[in-house]
Amino acid sequence: MTKSFSLGPVLGWGLLLLAFAGIATDLSDNSIPTWYWLVLAAWTALSLVYAILRGQMLVFVTKRLFEAVLVLFVIVLSTFLMLRYLPGGPFDSEKALPPEIKANIEAKYGLNRPVALQFLSYMNGLAHGDLGESYKYIGRPISEIIAETLPVSFQLGLYSLLLAYVLGIPIGVISAAKHNTYIDNGLMIVAISGVALPSFIVGPVLVMIFSFGVPISFFHGWLPPALWESPVYYILPVITLGLRPAAIIARMTRASMLDVINADFVRTARAKGLNSNVVLYKHVLRNSLIPVLTISGPLIAGILSGSFIVEIVFGIPGMGKHLVQSVTNRDYPLILGMTLLFSAMLVLANLVVDVLYSVIDPRIRLDS
Amino acid sequence: MEANSKGKSLWKDGWRRMTRNRGAVVSLYFIGFICLVAILAPWISPFSFETQDIDRALMGPNGINWLGTDSLGRDMLSRIIYGARMSMAVGIMTAVFSLAIGGLYGAVSGWLGGWVDAVMMRIIDILYAIPSLVLLILVGVAFNSVKLFENPEIKALSGIFLALAVVGWVSLARLVRGQVLQVREMLYIESARALGASGSRIVWRHIFPNILGPIIVMLTFQIPANILFESFLSFIGLGLQPPYSSWGVLANDGWRAKSYPHLILFPGLALFLTMLAFNLLGDGLRDAFDPKIKR
Repeated sequence: MTKSFSLGPVLGWGLLLLAFAGIATDLSDNSIPTWYWLVLAAWTALSLVYAILRGQMLVFVTKRLFEAVLVLFVIVLSTFLMLRYLPGGPFDSEKALPPEIKANIEAKYGLNRPVALQFLSYMNGLAHGDLGESYKYIGRPISEIIAETLPVSFQLGLYSLLLAYVLGIPIGVISAAKHNTYIDNGLMIVAISGVALPSFIVGPVLVMIFSFGVPISFFHGWLPPALWESPVYYILPVITLGLRPAAIIARMTRASMLDVINADFVRTARAKGLNSNVVLYKHVLRNSLIPVLTISGPLIAGILSGSFIVEIVFGIPGMGKHLVQSVTNRDYPLILGMTLLFSAMLVLANLVVDVLYSVIDPRIRLDS
Repeated sequence: MEANSKGKSLWKDGWRRMTRNRGAVVSLYFIGFICLVAILAPWISPFSFETQDIDRALMGPNGINWLGTDSLGRDMLSRIIYGARMSMAVGIMTAVFSLAIGGLYGAVSGWLGGWVDAVMMRIIDILYAIPSLVLLILVGVAFNSVKLFENPEIKALSGIFLALAVVGWVSLARLVRGQVLQVREMLYIESARALGASGSRIVWRHIFPNILGPIIVMLTFQIPANILFESFLSFIGLGLQPPYSSWGVLANDGWRAKSYPHLILFPGLALFLTMLAFNLLGDGLRDAFDPKIKR
């Protein structure tokens, strides 16, 4: 029997290796060359195209992409209208400006034109990749603010997601392997506590312990309480953000492994005399990771929104801080840009997860 | 008559399964306790939640203020008790609110089917894709700027209710629709129809009791999510504002105070235990009432 060469695993493992190389570079000196991003993007695109062609998912992906564009349009439109028609504007400060000056400023930003026209010109800019200029940070293009803050948020989110998987999957596996023992019960109590712990409590408490050394002065000054400068600074925020997803993954992995353990093929594998560890890792684990992968979509969403809080608590110069501030400042272009970006990332993440899902498990048909 | 008595025994069965789950039962008692505390807040709290006593500011737990005082000398225990009031009100009321909207929407969509269902579900898909936090912040700001109520407490609360209900009903609508779709093809529905039962009778008498289990389970998980969202909004300053108290407001105070552990620890603990109780109860209910798990 000849084993035919298959491109899939090469692409998949290559992508993983590339990602890890990037993370290693990032952690060591914090500067990733542009060409790395280009290679990563090209590789990802190649893998996706391959997955699409192989799984005949072209129709599905095209449909979903159209849907994504529609969704994003609706989001921009509703945000735009909401901002324009709500009482209060970007230039209503505590000290009231003389009406002529306010009118001048509003004219400069085109706020005196009909709303429909404003929207059209915003969409026109968007089509040309122009997100406009911030009102608050005068003269700064939104794209510049995003370019500055996105990498930081991306790092924070990526490391938290990694931590969640690295921590969550083994805990779930151990728990399932030791089902109904004290180890299982103990781990699951920890996991459900992790689900119940809000990050705005975890963050400050961690800072109190490991930066201010409050109950135990031994820990005083171990880890920096804020900012985002070198890997030492990453530890507390990443733990804060990754804890909840890790707990969710652990519970999911356990539940899904317990489901699979009772399946017929596992009994067969045991019956033919395979080592129970081989059965556990090769047969059970691999089949039970699929549901774990499916919750990656909601998990990424959770991490995206969780990063708001963590960025505020730790004073991290990422996007979350800007979004919250821009909303209170009524910085229209910044709110729109940030909202659009957040939504786009979410929609894309869900799409990628869906595609991956069917690549890993060919039994799943996407077009239904 | 036959179906009725069978239905009752199913519920009893589920209840018995649940009461065997120790974690769920303890959680139920704990939630009942918190609700009681919330309702009785004005009578059981030792001090008013807004009375300041600068001379006694930032004290740790002691004989007079059992859980210490905050930076303005307000009693922490009283603030946490009043916070329970706010948090539970938000959590439960919003869940009921989103059940009303989502349940109706999902039931109509699933019951009517066809192109109505298709259009209604498209709308849901779009709403689902909007990051809930962005939506929450936007609705929160929108509501804050509309001067609907004079009382600042009611104003902030109604804003939070609205923001959370807007976010929360979507997943409930999806669940209800899916359940209705599943149940309406069942034989007993067909026989009810064959016997000449009206549409509304079928929905209320036959479909509703049969899909109640999963809905209750989902509500149990939505309440802690709502409590968390309220705390989140208050934490970033878009929800309730001091002197009013909610666990999110207290957590924000505690975080700002940095090195006074009791200021973050006690509200954190209250929040954590409540979330934990709801999660454990939800797990217990799901195990007991989810038809997919057969024992």
